Amino acid sequence: MEHLVDLPSYLDQDEDVKDRFARIKQRPIALEIKNLYKQFETPTGAKVTALKDINFTVHKREFVCVIGPSGCGKSTLIRILAGLETPTSGEIILDGKPVQGPGPDRGMVFQGYTLFPWLTVKRNVMFGLEQSGHSKVLAEEDARQWIDLVGLGKFEDSYPHELSGGMKQRVAIARALANQPRILLMDEPYGALDAQTRAKMQQYLMEIWQNIDITIFFITHDLDEAIYLADRILVLKAHPGEVNEIIEVPVPQPRSPEQLLSAEFLATKKRLEELIHPPSEEEEGVNSDHLNMVRMVGVDNEVESVF
Amino acid sequence: MSSFKQLFAVRKELRPRSRVMITVMSFALPLLLWCLVSYVPWLWHPKVEITEPGAVSYFKEGMLVDRELFDEESLKAKEASKTLPQGDPANPIYLPAPHEVAEAFYTAFTTPPKRRTEKWLHESLWDSIQVIFWGFFLSSLIGVPLGILAGTYDFFSRLFEPFIEFFRYLPAPAFGALAVAILGIHHAPKIAIIFIGTFFQQVLVISNTTRKLDPSLLEAAQTLGAKNKALLFRVVVPGVLPDLYRDMRILLGWAWTYLIVAELIGTSSGITWFITQQARYKNFDNVFAAIMIIGIIGLATDLILAQMGKRLFPWQRKAKA
Ligand SMILES: Nc1ncnc2c1ncn2[C@@H]1O[C@H](COP(=O)(O)OP(=O)(O)OP(=O)(O)O)[C@@H](O)[C@H]1O
Ligand SMILES: [Mg+2]
Repeated sequence: MEHLVDLPSYLDQDEDVKDRFARIKQRPIALEIKNLYKQFETPTGAKVTALKDINFTVHKREFVCVIGPSGCGKSTLIRILAGLETPTSGEIILDGKPVQGPGPDRGMVFQGYTLFPWLTVKRNVMFGLEQSGHSKVLAEEDARQWIDLVGLGKFEDSYPHELSGGMKQRVAIARALANQPRILLMDEPYGALDAQTRAKMQQYLMEIWQNIDITIFFITHDLDEAIYLADRILVLKAHPGEVNEIIEVPVPQPRSPEQLLSAEFLATKKRLEELIHPPSEEEEGVNSDHLNMVRMVGVDNEVESVF
Repeated sequence: MSSFKQLFAVRKELRPRSRVMITVMSFALPLLLWCLVSYVPWLWHPKVEITEPGAVSYFKEGMLVDRELFDEESLKAKEASKTLPQGDPANPIYLPAPHEVAEAFYTAFTTPPKRRTEKWLHESLWDSIQVIFWGFFLSSLIGVPLGILAGTYDFFSRLFEPFIEFFRYLPAPAFGALAVAILGIHHAPKIAIIFIGTFFQQVLVISNTTRKLDPSLLEAAQTLGAKNKALLFRVVVPGVLPDLYRDMRILLGWAWTYLIVAELIGTSSGITWFITQQARYKNFDNVFAAIMIIGIIGLATDLILAQMGKRLFPWQRKAKA
């Protein structure tokens, strides 16, 4: 990936950014991942190491993105954080207390929306509130506020199947936030959305994050998305899933779409590309940029060449 | 042939006009077949109804004889130069023509029973419906909760399912004698047979349906703070309800198939009694009418339930293009 202009190093931070990271590190710790290992046993009895010795610290109100090649254990990691999966060894510490099992202190937004299809938008958002003992009236009032926040006031009485993908994901976010979790875990939440909806959703999420007291742990496989959203990016490598690098994104906050072409942005992207698609990993005999294909167009074909 | 292709597109809805037409055809085709066999003399008609006995001493007017026998006797009469017997092609008595059955639909309800202790058709039907209702209701009362529990908790699944899996292979009618010995000869043993026939399938079917609930919904609920009981009552139960309702409709159909056996147990009763009684009198038009009434009641209940289902589960309504 040759860039046409000389980029600065992704490690160069201007004064404001440096200052900001120093302040972030002063903040109390929201989440600590300590010596985390996860092994799966396949049906044949073989052991697969999905995660190996992950250590990572998230500070309060930090926005962390996790990125890595497919199958490197991103989902496994976030599921362990949510308590939906138990680690083989190691610890997760949230606000000073080790977590055990799923709980409302960690909100989760899944790629597949997972809204309850039998509940209206409002009732979906009320689910967690009622669960934590809010009275119905109070829960309803709260739910309305959250629904308005994600801009779906008009749809509060609709069922999920009447909404578009982006709207469903907004409801899922509202539902998770309504519980006022300490941390919001998101597993490729925008993976299924088209580019425009995705950009809009990123904007929404940034605004929400800037305006409420929430720490966000966000998985994505989209490099631009990671750089655009994150304070820091946790880059994993595959087989086994290990920490490859932790990158402090040098793009100043608050972010805006123009920054997608700024030098810091491109420098970071270049670095991520190197990490995710290392040039050394090309297999013998296969040029990974091209398929080993022979011409499969008949000589009498109407269009002989695409050029 | 594009319209032909349209009719056989994989998993595509037909156009409304074709849809209605084909639904009508679904009933019209068997009816047409029945009419053809009944009214076209050279189709099937293996019997001859004697109109004029001629010289054959044992033929009587209105008698049904096999066609071979008739031909044989005609040949004999011809050789002896006697009067030939006359007759029309006819179907066996057990296959009445559509118009006869249609008539029987009306007369079956208006004909008083032969004996005073016997019941009118509508009374028999009511008996049958009651037996079905109670058998199915009692089965569901226990079977639905057990099925949901078995589908939700491994504990209950291991506890119930092996035994039920075994028991469901025991044919329900085999318990007839036992049921009569324990429960007497009236409705109770019949209800018991319907119960046995439905219950074991019901638990297994519903536990399987429950297991099919999308596990990510349970995970989402857990991250929202739902624990054991809330998971069961606020996620599992509402989540499987539409599928469970559909299962119940299918199971209710099965319950009807056990009805006939059940009603033969002890003192025969209900619609089965009516059918066997009419068959004994050789009123096969009434028999057909009664069988069809069962079909009509079954179909009508199912349609009503389906319609109700649409009201009950508005979130199931798929957006139509
Ligand atoms: N339940 C399981 N049983 C066995 N192996 C599993 C299980 N879940 C995940 N794995 C394995 O763990 C590894 C990491 O999986 P994971 O789903 O966390 O990857 P991922 O980074 O989220 O991938 P993607 O980007 O494709 O979503 C994979 O090699 C996968 O095969
Ligand atoms: Mg994943």
